[in-house]
Amino acid sequence: MKLHNKKAIVTGGTRGIGKAIVKELVDNGCNVVFTYHSSDETAKKIEKEFSTENVKVYGIKADATSFTQAEEVVKFTLEKFGSIDILVNNAGITKDNLLLRMSETDFDAVINANLKSVFNYTKAILKPFLSQKFGKIVNISSVVGIIGNPGQANYVASKAGVIGLTKSNAKELASRNINVNCVAPGFIETDMTEKLNEQQRQAILSNVPIKRLGKPEDVAKAVLFLSSNDSDYITGQVIIVDGGLVM
Amino acid sequence: MDVEAKVKEIIIDKLGVEESQIKPEASFTNDLGADSLDIVELVMGFESAFNISIPDEDAEKISTVGDAIKYLKEKLGQ
Repeated sequence: MKLHNKKAIVTGGTRGIGKAIVKELVDNGCNVVFTYHSSDETAKKIEKEFSTENVKVYGIKADATSFTQAEEVVKFTLEKFGSIDILVNNAGITKDNLLLRMSETDFDAVINANLKSVFNYTKAILKPFLSQKFGKIVNISSVVGIIGNPGQANYVASKAGVIGLTKSNAKELASRNINVNCVAPGFIETDMTEKLNEQQRQAILSNVPIKRLGKPEDVAKAVLFLSSNDSDYITGQVIIVDGGLVM
Repeated sequence: MDVEAKVKEIIIDKLGVEESQIKPEASFTNDLGADSLDIVELVMGFESAFNISIPDEDAEKISTVGDAIKYLKEKLGQ
């Protein structure tokens, strides 16, 4: 129970990596408010399934691109839990296309959902974190933000941006005992990678020394480490969870 | 509202200094050990205590305790 009695916000908590992160935090004794974008039904199910006698889980519908809504989520969490220790910026989308075919709208949408959302939630949570002089912020980036990927210019730009934002925020906030780190997953079995065909899948696997796709839980374990006191001397870092794809 | 008393209270709270250190000529950064983030927190503390908004260009000119009190009194029309 590395996070006994802690309180966290996880953005985008109903599917894939986000859902596994919520589960991992809860299993370690952490109370969680997660945000979601579309399905009320799924959110309710997760609330019910993950809540225990000692650990509370709440879902709240929010558009990650909206700063006002980020402030509301922070307010809601403070009302429910009284304080917040951990912020996990996980919410993200893809709108893949080759640059030649990528619309301006699709570029903006992905930057707003994946990068601006991190700014929104970090800024919204700053006042409580600064006044308590403690906080753990974990941002979910991606290995493609480090190595690039054809057909994902918008996604890659947003995820590289998340790494830069992480490092700046880490430097600004270190003196206040606030750690800001990044997890960069490789190819993980989620809805996002389910769209790959068998040929694409084999091509990816041929470059992964640990010959399998990652599981959402593999990423969640790294998030747990960066959320816990085990990582108190680590800030501004990117932990790559990709089976050895990028070295 | 007693502006001076409130300002002192906020400075003690944000910077963790002794009341005796808070003199009008005391510089936040040189004498009271504030870093850039402390200054921002102080300004935000003034804003919420006096229910006003302090633009960045004004905040940059506030470097001593006396500057802060003078500025706030003017802003509040005292």
